[in-house]
Amino acid sequence: MLKIEKRREPSQAMVYITPFIAIALTIICGFLLFAIMGKDPFRATSLIFFEPVTSLYNISELLVKASPLILIALGLSMGFRAGVWNIGAEGQFTIGAVTGSAVALAFYEMEGFYILPLMCLAGILGGMLWAAIPAFLRTKFNTNEILVSLMLVYVANLLLSVLVHGPLRDPDGMNFPESRLFSDSALLPLLMEDGRAHIGFLVALVFVGLALFIQERHMLGFQIKVTGQAARAAQYAGFSSKKMVWVSFMISGGLAGLAGTFEAAGPVGQLVPTLPAGYGFTAIIVAFLGRLNPIGIMLGGLLIAITYIGGETAQIALTLPSATTSVFQGMLLFFLLATDILINYRIKWFGFFKPVAKGK
Amino acid sequence: MDLFINIFVGIIIAATPLVFAAIGEVVVEKSGVLNLGVEGMMITGALTGFVMTVHSGSFTVGILSAIIAGALMALIFAFITQSLMGNQVATGLALTLFGLGLTALIGNSYTAESIPDFPKIFIPVISDIPVLGPMLFHFDILIYVSIALVFGVKWFFDKTRLGLTVIAVGDNDDAAHSIGYPVRLYRYCTLMFGGGCAGLGGAYLSMVQTPMWVEGLTAGRGWIALALVVFGAWMPVRAMLGAYLFGGISILQLHSQGFGLAIDPQFLSMLPYLATIGVLVAISLNKKGSSKLKAPACLGKPFYASD
Amino acid sequence: MKLRKIFSWTGVALSAIMALNNTAQAEDKLKVGFVYVAPIGDHGYTFQHDVGKKAVEAEFGDKVETTYVENVPEGPDAERVIRQLAQGGYDLIFTTSFGFMNPTIKVAKKFPKVKFEHATGFKRAKNVSTYNIRFYEGRYVVGKMAGRMTKTNTIGYIASFPIPEVIRGINAAYLGAKSVNPDIKFKIVWVSTWFDPGKEADATKALRDQGADVIMQHTDSAAPIKIAEQEGVKAVGQASDMIAVGPNAQMTALVDNWAPYYIARTKAAMDGTWKSEDTWGGLASGMLTMAPYNKNLPAEVVAEAKATEEDIKSGKIHVFQGPLVKQDGTVVVKEGEMPDDGMLAGMNFYVQGLEASLPN
Repeated sequence: MLKIEKRREPSQAMVYITPFIAIALTIICGFLLFAIMGKDPFRATSLIFFEPVTSLYNISELLVKASPLILIALGLSMGFRAGVWNIGAEGQFTIGAVTGSAVALAFYEMEGFYILPLMCLAGILGGMLWAAIPAFLRTKFNTNEILVSLMLVYVANLLLSVLVHGPLRDPDGMNFPESRLFSDSALLPLLMEDGRAHIGFLVALVFVGLALFIQERHMLGFQIKVTGQAARAAQYAGFSSKKMVWVSFMISGGLAGLAGTFEAAGPVGQLVPTLPAGYGFTAIIVAFLGRLNPIGIMLGGLLIAITYIGGETAQIALTLPSATTSVFQGMLLFFLLATDILINYRIKWFGFFKPVAKGK
Repeated sequence: MDLFINIFVGIIIAATPLVFAAIGEVVVEKSGVLNLGVEGMMITGALTGFVMTVHSGSFTVGILSAIIAGALMALIFAFITQSLMGNQVATGLALTLFGLGLTALIGNSYTAESIPDFPKIFIPVISDIPVLGPMLFHFDILIYVSIALVFGVKWFFDKTRLGLTVIAVGDNDDAAHSIGYPVRLYRYCTLMFGGGCAGLGGAYLSMVQTPMWVEGLTAGRGWIALALVVFGAWMPVRAMLGAYLFGGISILQLHSQGFGLAIDPQFLSMLPYLATIGVLVAISLNKKGSSKLKAPACLGKPFYASD
Repeated sequence: MKLRKIFSWTGVALSAIMALNNTAQAEDKLKVGFVYVAPIGDHGYTFQHDVGKKAVEAEFGDKVETTYVENVPEGPDAERVIRQLAQGGYDLIFTTSFGFMNPTIKVAKKFPKVKFEHATGFKRAKNVSTYNIRFYEGRYVVGKMAGRMTKTNTIGYIASFPIPEVIRGINAAYLGAKSVNPDIKFKIVWVSTWFDPGKEADATKALRDQGADVIMQHTDSAAPIKIAEQEGVKAVGQASDMIAVGPNAQMTALVDNWAPYYIARTKAAMDGTWKSEDTWGGLASGMLTMAPYNKNLPAEVVAEAKATEEDIKSGKIHVFQGPLVKQDGTVVVKEGEMPDDGMLAGMNFYVQGLEASLPN
């Protein structure tokens, strides 16, 4: 039988090894899945995991997908460390896209270096505003933040829909629910000539560095850690748990909002009702995949982006259904969480028939 | 009068998938586990119930397999969170993601299928009572099952030793463990029960309410069910009333449009979610006073048996 | 068969990689790609596009090679998918949903030799054509049938979002119904989704409870037909023939028939006669067909419907011919005049007689 035993100290080696074990297990299960579906598993797997890095254009698309995931996941990870569960980043992303776009549309056909920064500011504030609702309700009334932030995702989506059907609709767009195309000053500078990768990725990298600094060197990082691991100890130490909730929501909401603005001002170039493509939810996977560590999140974001783009390539080449991607991501998360145990626990194998020793 | 009766019946039907899923989650959370994968278990039940009915031609087979499918999904969750002590929030999310994807993959070839109408029960004499008859005694059997289940769970927690033990496990797992209760076993059982209920709720959607199968059929109802548990302050009957309230708002907003109410329909569509938030706040206000309305103390926390 | 398919897709992918290296390939096959917004399994809108794709395969056999990508969200991912097809050596690419408009235009700029066809939009370019179906002609016909069949003089209409396409449909159905039944009343329920069978089912029941005995829908699932069947009321199939779901309920269905258009355009691309055009075909072109009228309908209702079909085909009547009056009494098209397509394409008003108020 198996028996698990607590390690004296978390195994640092396992922190780094387990994500790879999880990826390997996912690939093995993916093999089986493809075989059952009657698709060539070697080809499908190589399309999903390697094709996305074979051309410059694909790599630029990889960055397009990874940027919002990394930005949002960075913010979420702060909260998750502190035990604050913001599940509604998708809603904050949406509102950030709306406020950022509203600024872009207000300066329509105008030029100026200040337009983009203003948009980003508006996006951050929009995301923060939306995140402030669950934060306020949690700190004031102790209302469950998971559910409130989640319900607000639906509300944000409908609000976006109302706005693009009404005030933000393109006046010359035959009454279709889309905004005007942003003018050049409201579009993010691109990283390469051919492709859509934009400076949002560089911004995401800056935030990775910043998050690393906060986590390792700053008092805030320490407070977050203590609050998450031992709420009572944090209280004795004089850290306010309410402050932690606010800080977590403001950081995660702001970054999600910024990612929303980037999405509108980057790859899409306008506000459309279908702008939120689920980044807010996928970022939760990324946060865990990266072990809530900034560098890990960056790598996790790139990996998930690979599965998205590879999934599409496989769909075109092998006519795989699009749902394959979410099955893959679900499995990846399962294996990752399952192998988490190896960090804090040792697994001992006692053989099939030997009874588990009942030592006190 | 007829309209009133019809609206009433419509609300009950729209709410029943939520009642099933929510009552299952009440039991799960009472035992101290937070399973956010309700949506994933629901949609798995929805597909399984529909597919098995198509193949077997029997509603009983369909419903039983939906329950089993939901419970199996819950088993994955139980294994990761209980045996391997994985994070419950993330595992629940993974379960939802996995369930939605897997059902879309498998269900692709069943979107064109159709199943016969689910039978309604007519009880001679009482079904014929004016007003009350059509209001209360014209339903399919699953609605009565859902109500019986709710009161059964209430009875279980209020009156049985086993029920009290489950509450103890949820409130203080270490203590329960030290007296010798198998905490993990209890939680495996409640999780499987919750999964079965969610599966049944999904099956109600695909077999009775809609009745058809399409990808993403549950459309977020699993999340609503989770909100209803908090809404109901972990009390079975309250959670059920919450489901009816939610169903009521969803149905009435459709009716209000039919009556020509001039409010933007997209704002109306927000109402059920806003109302849920409103009630969540109201409940948490109330919670300060009475300890009875508090969440199980161990909710969402991992349990490690230090033996 | 399956193996053959795999090999052929492998070929597609390989040629995609080759195209990246700009090695022109000596192939006389025309490669046609389709981008779908929903899964083919929706048995409605996307399913019908795929029927059109299959007709192209049947018509040209070995001379064409086709592929499709399903379930492509209208947000930021659309551009990549379209571009992947263009890059993969596809000569003619059909993008089948409104939200693909700007992505199609963007990709078309970069691939001037590839021909693009965008459904339901209004932006064209040298290598981008647009096409759409005059669904409203069919809605007028079923409006008349509904006007005849209703006993309660109440028609229930399930609508998705207030865009011109949907509003045009409501107006056409109302004008049709009103022309045979002056007492007719429309109850319109907006469900704010294209596809949520549960909500569509609830809306159908709500309309039924409010006295509607004919249900029309501008949403994509077959749930309303299914509920109409259970409740013993009449309904109209959307996009494809849904008679299997409602053998008694479905009076007829507005069937999108993209096949003739897809065949014609593929042929034009082969012949070298393809040029950018705007096609808006209705009953006369065969792009819109009425599913076989249900046998349980009275003969005179069917006869009238068929006659109306003929009149529309021959141009004897135009659904929106003058006088066309807005709710507030403004005359849009004067007596004896014909509407222009520009006005129809951007229609955002209810016609006089409809009691509801238009959202936004």
